[in-house]
Amino acid sequence: MNEVVEIKGLTKSYGKVTVIQDVSFSLEQNKIYGLLGRNGAGKTTIMHMITAQLFATSGDLKVFGEHPYENNRVLNQICFIKESQKYPDTYRIIDVLEISALFFPNFDRDYAHSLIKDFNLPLKRRIKKLSRGMLSAVGIVVGLASRAPLTIFDEPYLGLDAVARSLFYDRLIEDYSEYPRTVVLSTHLIDEVSQLLEHVIVIDNGKLIINEDAEALRGRAAKVIGAAAKVEDFITGKDVISREPFGGLLSATVIGLSTTDLSRAEMLGLEISPISLQQLIVHLTNSRSQGKEVAAQ
Amino acid sequence: MGSLMDDTRPIFMQIAERIENDIIEVTLLEESQVPSTNQFAIFYQINPATAAKGVNLLVDQGILYKKRGIGMFVASGARAVLMEKRKEQFYEQYVVTMVREAEKLGITLDQLTKMIQRGDNRS
Repeated sequence: MNEVVEIKGLTKSYGKVTVIQDVSFSLEQNKIYGLLGRNGAGKTTIMHMITAQLFATSGDLKVFGEHPYENNRVLNQICFIKESQKYPDTYRIIDVLEISALFFPNFDRDYAHSLIKDFNLPLKRRIKKLSRGMLSAVGIVVGLASRAPLTIFDEPYLGLDAVARSLFYDRLIEDYSEYPRTVVLSTHLIDEVSQLLEHVIVIDNGKLIINEDAEALRGRAAKVIGAAAKVEDFITGKDVISREPFGGLLSATVIGLSTTDLSRAEMLGLEISPISLQQLIVHLTNSRSQGKEVAAQ
Repeated sequence: MGSLMDDTRPIFMQIAERIENDIIEVTLLEESQVPSTNQFAIFYQINPATAAKGVNLLVDQGILYKKRGIGMFVASGARAVLMEKRKEQFYEQYVVTMVREAEKLGITLDQLTKMIQRGDNRS
């Protein structure tokens, strides 16, 4: 069985407010996924449902082929590191590691201790006395060292500096190469993590808008810049996700340009510049919400 | 984040290009071993599956070959093949674009040839 998580028609509502609407996707074994989207899009809600911390209103959810709720066979294979991971105030870092070793069957103590050194964490200091960044680093150490078959990092780096974040990416790739597992990274820092991802899932306003291979997305969209009339002519019938007029010029972001399109653009004297994954997602999530507002008016 | 990869193009293609460059510049010799996909992944901070895709692209083209249980090696004759391929790309990328730009600026073919000769003298 290759599917670690299978979600079909997942919906979550609180009274009249629907926060997750008919979301379906699956997570395959041993891939690194990016779960991306704007604030309040519903990413954390989905992760809470996968990890059995929240009941779905409707829809089907299977983790390791079973229902996750109160299911020890499933839950001890999952490690979920939350945005503001909380450990008891009176614990020392070393206590957190020891407790984690009890919970996670694959927990590697030696590796955890080497990570503690890498992140310069004081083993004997109490959780209460740690800075925000240090707390986040403790979460990352637990997340990596637990080597859980499904490891989920939900915005794990609150207060973490750029050096420590880079260290996290390094260690993640290193350890993942040696001990492959399914990893979900949920983050706003798309530019930083995009190269680590094999697959990208984008949630916007509680709906799934992208579920695709990261490499297929890269280079998919491009910005076309040139005289407004020529650009208008070129983009008719194409999937345009944003347009910004600038004087007599027009800059339009278009998805799915073929090589014939590219040579035609060149003939027309239009400038084509490819956009990054982060820019693509910004455009997509931006234009959709704008579209919503227009529809509401 | 000090990234070595350009996020606007598929990364596996960039990995393949880097290996090709190393072979053309003789930093990677024919019949020598190339780093493993995991080493590529760690060095460039990229997903190992992506690195593998880049390496496999060159295996498909016969530039690299696999020795079972040992790793990937540069095929003999790979450099000559790549040089040929790059010369064609050079024509497409530089010559065609240059001639087009020259036309736009009203530079005649004769003037262009002289410019190239002048450039050649300077280097």
